[in-house]
Amino acid sequence: MRSKINYALALAGMLMAPAMASAQDTMKIGVLATFEGAFTVLGEDGMRGAMTAVDEFHGMVGGKKIEIIKGSSDASPDSAVRAARKLVEQDGVKVLVGPLSGDEGLAIKDYAKTKPDVTFLNGSSAAQDTTLRDPAPNFFRFSTDGAQWMAGLGNYVYKEKGYKRVATVAEDYSFPYTQVFGFMAEFCKAGGHVPAKAWVPIGTKDYSSVIAAIPEDVDAIYVALGGADAVNFLTQYEQAGGKAPLIGGSITVDQTVLTSKGKIHDVLIGTPSAGPTADSNPSPEWKAFVAAYKKQPGAFPVPSLFAHAYYVNMKAALLGLQQVGDDVSDGGAKLRAALSKLVFETPTGKVSLDENRNAIADIFLTEVVKLPDGTLFNKLIKVTPQVNQTLGIPRDEFLKLGKVGRDNPSCP
Amino acid sequence: MSLTGETGAEMLAGGGFSRRHVWILAALVGAAVVAWLIFAIWPAWLSAALISKRAFFSAVLNGLTLSGLYFLVASGFTLVFGLMRNVNLAHGSLYLLGAYIGYEVTNRTGYWLFGVAAGFAVLAVIGVAMQVFVFRHLEGDDLRQTLVTLGISIVAADLMLAVWTGTTYQIPIPSWLDGAVTLPIVTAVRANGELIFLRYTFFRLVVLATAIVIGIGLWFMLNRTRVGMMIRAGVDDRAMLSASGINVHAVFAIVFAVGAGLAGIAGVIGGSVLSVAPGEDVRYLLASLVVVIVGGMGSITGAAIGALLIGLAEQIGLVYFPTYGVVLTFVIMVAVLALRPQGIMGRL
Amino acid sequence: MSELLTAARPRLDGTFLERIGLGNIALVIFLVIYPAVASEFFIVQIGAYSLIWGMLALSLMILAGYGGMVSMAQISIAGVAGYTVAIFGMNHTGVHGFGWPFWILVPFAVLLAALVAGLIGLISNRTEGIYTIMITLAVATGFFYFTQQNYALFNGHSGFAGIDAPKFWGINWRAPVPFYYLCLGCAVLSYAAVLYASRSAYGLTLQAVRDNARRMRALGYDVTRHKVVAYFYSGLIAGMGGVLLVWFNGRISPGTIDVSAAINVLVIAVIGGMRHPIGPFLGAVVVVLIQTFAIDVVGAERYNTLIGLVFLLIVFASPDGILGLWEKAKLRAPREQVFSWIRCGRG
Repeated sequence: MRSKINYALALAGMLMAPAMASAQDTMKIGVLATFEGAFTVLGEDGMRGAMTAVDEFHGMVGGKKIEIIKGSSDASPDSAVRAARKLVEQDGVKVLVGPLSGDEGLAIKDYAKTKPDVTFLNGSSAAQDTTLRDPAPNFFRFSTDGAQWMAGLGNYVYKEKGYKRVATVAEDYSFPYTQVFGFMAEFCKAGGHVPAKAWVPIGTKDYSSVIAAIPEDVDAIYVALGGADAVNFLTQYEQAGGKAPLIGGSITVDQTVLTSKGKIHDVLIGTPSAGPTADSNPSPEWKAFVAAYKKQPGAFPVPSLFAHAYYVNMKAALLGLQQVGDDVSDGGAKLRAALSKLVFETPTGKVSLDENRNAIADIFLTEVVKLPDGTLFNKLIKVTPQVNQTLGIPRDEFLKLGKVGRDNPSCP
Repeated sequence: MSLTGETGAEMLAGGGFSRRHVWILAALVGAAVVAWLIFAIWPAWLSAALISKRAFFSAVLNGLTLSGLYFLVASGFTLVFGLMRNVNLAHGSLYLLGAYIGYEVTNRTGYWLFGVAAGFAVLAVIGVAMQVFVFRHLEGDDLRQTLVTLGISIVAADLMLAVWTGTTYQIPIPSWLDGAVTLPIVTAVRANGELIFLRYTFFRLVVLATAIVIGIGLWFMLNRTRVGMMIRAGVDDRAMLSASGINVHAVFAIVFAVGAGLAGIAGVIGGSVLSVAPGEDVRYLLASLVVVIVGGMGSITGAAIGALLIGLAEQIGLVYFPTYGVVLTFVIMVAVLALRPQGIMGRL
Repeated sequence: MSELLTAARPRLDGTFLERIGLGNIALVIFLVIYPAVASEFFIVQIGAYSLIWGMLALSLMILAGYGGMVSMAQISIAGVAGYTVAIFGMNHTGVHGFGWPFWILVPFAVLLAALVAGLIGLISNRTEGIYTIMITLAVATGFFYFTQQNYALFNGHSGFAGIDAPKFWGINWRAPVPFYYLCLGCAVLSYAAVLYASRSAYGLTLQAVRDNARRMRALGYDVTRHKVVAYFYSGLIAGMGGVLLVWFNGRISPGTIDVSAAINVLVIAVIGGMRHPIGPFLGAVVVVLIQTFAIDVVGAERYNTLIGLVFLLIVFASPDGILGLWEKAKLRAPREQVFSWIRCGRG
């Protein structure tokens, strides 16, 4: 009996630790990324991007030292919200940068609505509806969404490359839906046709049957797979003797895929793609950013779009904090007012926000080339300047196009 | 009824057509249909219904070759579980470790076969270690074995993630196994009358051949050799086997070594056909479980049938029912377990 | 599974206090005053969350401990209840959300979950041991993939968001303190129900079926019906846990009910111990604490190793989990001493 009481008391002591009072001379910023599971590599690169911004400010903002608290998720929305809860409610952060993936972003937006005195900035999540429909007043996305990333690609492949019929292969969830939407919005409008769309379940490893089912009379295949799936698809495509050229989604020809080892190089060369960054951007700001990024431990030769997005959002957070002198005592209202009006130069051009707090930024059209030393890079072809979330279409007309999904849009 | 009062069956029997003859006739007709399907050019309605001949046969061949891979992975599992009643939920981790080791060795030495050999050797040693340190203490306690091996798999997966990170690796296939071959299956006719034949990845056919060879070898070892006899005897009655002077522990250690080694080989091959990434361990563990349960524990033939069923279902589902194809595998498993709990070829 | 703790059986003589046990009373008092001493994060994220997972693990414990059937599909049953609340209640995703009032919705969801559990019991009726584990794991994985792929009903990978707990009697039941008490009430109810049922005629019959199904069949009992009913009861508890979980998260998606969640339920039940209904709750507290604070101790990257090692340690050292360890420790203080202390204390 006594031991049971003692046990209960010990348990009580353990459970009692309240949130520690935040030290007066540090500014706590939470960074939420995927540090578990299959997306870990991307989360680590995002973290490197965020730390590049912190290092740019020499670890201080508005006179206080920056204290970064990491939150880890496994790319599932539930784990993202749980990690955010811990950062906000236990660790007491008032500014949170994250998350990484599309569905997590949708979940964090909903959580943000329940915490009006915390300021949320995006990491790299790129689902459209995070800001397009029903946005949260304290969620800011200084990076662009998946549909914006495809700006310029549809027109380029139709007019310059001459592809009239394209099949799409993408994973079966919200972010690829957004990417295919962005590509097809332009491509179909230009007159192209998409006779077949293959939506593969997440985690599919064996694409040979999908490859075989693609109609043989298409001019190219638009592939919006990422990470391990992209490597698998490309290897099997090359092994099956695939002839049709490829068009890449933004995460298909990202650094994480280009640096994978194997024979997929032959298949990738000449693939056009579009996204928020271009590896071979000649601008001095980009080169300076790459140099600063490479100082982070474990850095890739070129920052991925995840590193870039986290950098931009973290920099925005720090600029905002600097403007208000670290004062978040009013529940962050001054900070959010400053962020809404923030316009600044990033390594990829000017960034500003629209009325839903989504970024308006430059988008880069690229093509994969092989350097003399054998590595693959995305060569910059064209810059589409200042693309907004509605892709230049009037807002109500754009909203009428409907939510992204398996069958929207459709132009067989 | 005929004029003389004979029934139809009696007429058939009396007229020289026995039941066996009917079956042979049916098999011949079936074979003819299959041959026509394979070698002839399809009419338009058939092509439309099945997307295209190329898609259909690619799906079937992919299913067959994937079954080969699943059989390789599951054969180790069925050997260990079916014979020794050891539940090894760390089997997927063994697969993944074999794949990573195969990748490292192939990259450093430049020879793919060295990678395969290394995968087998290292995993066999680990298998012996697991048998000695883990399973010997947990004999007979199914649930505890499940839990311990589950814990080991969680830790192992995380440690492998720490060493090799989340990057996807592709084990390079040697050039003499690479490329596509032309099969004598006509998929289409060009406008000028030229026939287009199906091109298929050669390595996948190699995988299928390897699976068949290993399957026959395993069956042979178990049913026609002394060692196999000892193993089967030891499972039936350990005490008696031990009493007859044979070192039962050594026998079981050999079995586990072979089972784990098979998982290692499957890992290297799977890493070459598909790729190596974290998460593959869970996927192949689930696949092994499904194959072995559906086919029946302890039966090599059952594992082959189970692998065929699951591999074909997965690939055909991916092409023709892409949305719900993934659920199909598990529906099959639940259906088999509900109707025939011991599996198709298993004995209760 | 070995026999359950006899130490938990109350003395049928003695005073009311002696019957319940002083330790239990101390525990109840602590749980009731807990919100007064803990921070908001700890009340909800640790306290309420542990109670919810404790209920899910309790539903497994009924089947595994009393019934000898280890089911990996408990999280799917909770998922059925959760999705029912999302689809038939209110959600902000714009898909379905029929707006049923909570006092119809919750019983409906729990009942539906229990029926599905009964169905699972029927399917896995002819299996036993490791086969039961595998068929229920297959059901759980299949259901996960189905919810991920189906957009018509389950809204696929994104799931449902903006699911609010009800507000009635002037209280918002998702506010930290009310929600904690709600979970506490449900947990205590489930715990008491399980404890009572385990000593009832049905409970004893179930345990007898676990020990020797053949003999029970020979004695004329309908073994299948007893097993299926056990699944039904476990489904009631898992369903209630699922409803609380969806209110806790405010959302539900396939990620909530994937394979690692299914394994999590098993891990919690094993770590806590499956011999007494308090075990799952103990296990839940331990696992939730590790999950929440491992990132501060070993860093985000290696927390899976930490949990795996703790799990392995428990399984190797004490197959009956924390309860087993405590039992061994208790053996050092004989029972007679303890009860004489009470009697002496009362004069």
